[in-house]
Amino acid sequence: MRALAHRSRPAAYTAVPAWIVVPAAIGAAFILLPLLAMALRVDWPRFGALVTSESSLAALGLSLRTSAASTVLCILLGVPLALVLARGRFAGQRLLRALVLLPLVLPPVVGGIALLYTFGRQGLLGQVLTVAGIQIAFSTTAVVLAQTFVALPFLVLSLEGTLRTAGTSYEAVAATLGARPSTVLRRVTIPLVLPGLASGAVLAFARSLGEFGATLTFAGSLQGTTRTLPLEIYLQRETDPDAAVALSLVLVAVAVIVVASTYRRPPGETAAPREPAPEGARP
Amino acid sequence: MITKTTTLLATAVLAAGALAGCGAGTPSAGSTTTAAASTSASTPALSGTLTVFAAASLKATFTELAKEFEAQHPGTKIQLSFAGSSDLVTQITAGAPADVFASADTKNMAKLADASLLDGAAVNFASNRLTIAVPPSNPANIAGLSDLARDGVKVVVCAPQVPCGAAAVTAEKAAGVSITPVSEESSVTDVLGKVVSGEADAGLVYVTDVKGAAGKVTGIPFDAADKAVTTYPIATVAASKNKELAAAFTALVSGDAGRKVLSDAGFGAP
Repeated sequence: MRALAHRSRPAAYTAVPAWIVVPAAIGAAFILLPLLAMALRVDWPRFGALVTSESSLAALGLSLRTSAASTVLCILLGVPLALVLARGRFAGQRLLRALVLLPLVLPPVVGGIALLYTFGRQGLLGQVLTVAGIQIAFSTTAVVLAQTFVALPFLVLSLEGTLRTAGTSYEAVAATLGARPSTVLRRVTIPLVLPGLASGAVLAFARSLGEFGATLTFAGSLQGTTRTLPLEIYLQRETDPDAAVALSLVLVAVAVIVVASTYRRPPGETAAPREPAPEGARP
Repeated sequence: MITKTTTLLATAVLAAGALAGCGAGTPSAGSTTTAAASTSASTPALSGTLTVFAAASLKATFTELAKEFEAQHPGTKIQLSFAGSSDLVTQITAGAPADVFASADTKNMAKLADASLLDGAAVNFASNRLTIAVPPSNPANIAGLSDLARDGVKVVVCAPQVPCGAAAVTAEKAAGVSITPVSEESSVTDVLGKVVSGEADAGLVYVTDVKGAAGKVTGIPFDAADKAVTTYPIATVAASKNKELAAAFTALVSGDAGRKVLSDAGFGAP
């Protein structure tokens, strides 16, 4: 309640000096200008035909399916990992956090090589998997694994931050009232950090959608099986730059929709908007 | 006005005198002059930095040839940039500062010629042909192109959009074989990588790739490769600021020295 009262106070003072606007504008232009430049290059009369070609639709469909699967996998693996990192106290916790976040800074191609030597036919687990009759290389599973590898840290990082901000007081109260740890997790912790989990999942989805290097190295490139939208763009560039630009714009549009759907409100703010909804938002 | 011109003239004369004086004062002046004269007779005094954009498959050979060129012409420096031919074409079209372009196929060179971005005509200097690459243990017992069409054999090829993939399609058609690959890669390097790592049972790559992989893969030649030979052209880029140096390097590549280095690496005659 205090937080809400604070927010509703009129913003009389902002701690941002006026001159900050100039570098901020340059920063925004630095990101937006290349996107605008690309949009200007689109061959609009052919746009529809370019993005609805068989190979484009196959790539878009595969990208959406694999990114959704990776996001689910990220949630299944990332939520426990974030909980352990935020709430647990054990030796090597800092080291584990640093290592888990490694895919954030690794070039994706390095991730692809690492995955190849883990799940590949000659890899660490490859022998076992082959005996079990599981072939991962060149399959859609390989794409999902590559995407999960690069996207997982985004979810973990986002959720761990939310968990730390939320604190443990509600959990402690629930526990003193007799709730068992699993009940506390289900009834208190998860509902409390749901906005953080949602934005983490969206980030993971967006990162999966853009995955390129690890997929190319680990999964290969075959229409309908492993050739996701970024790989299709990379290939189309060879023969039909117009198609590559058109598909790039589609990828940007999908990413904008995905990101905008969670960042309409600042993360964590769950209160209903006070201002009347914008015209377009009304039914 | 007149005074200014006179001063300039006087300065010029003085400078010339000073230079001549210096030359005369040097003990080995005579021999130096002769040497300089003979050098300029064979090749005009070459100097400066030359930027060469070359197809990725030329990395080893062009690195060697650039060293040879720099040794032959002290004071010159060759800067090499390797990438897929179509990437390089895109970069040159966008104004990248290339002096010389060597492509892995004639199609990409034609793109620059059509856009009037070349200085003169391109010269074909080498050729390359496809071969089957298998891991040294040859797990799928591949003996020829028809084995690649067998069920359960994991074959990786280049996508038809890139030169090595186009050559693969031509070879398949010529041999009457229909391969169902598990992956169509964007570059021949990626195909080779999948075979080297043992993920694929076989891949269609260039003869030079197998030679460059130095024992990590085994090459299995096939007859239909004759029908899908790729030609490598080289040309000076129109925007080059050092066309003499560019011409000299192109001459080295397409001449006897280049021929030797290239054929050692497995390239055929153009």
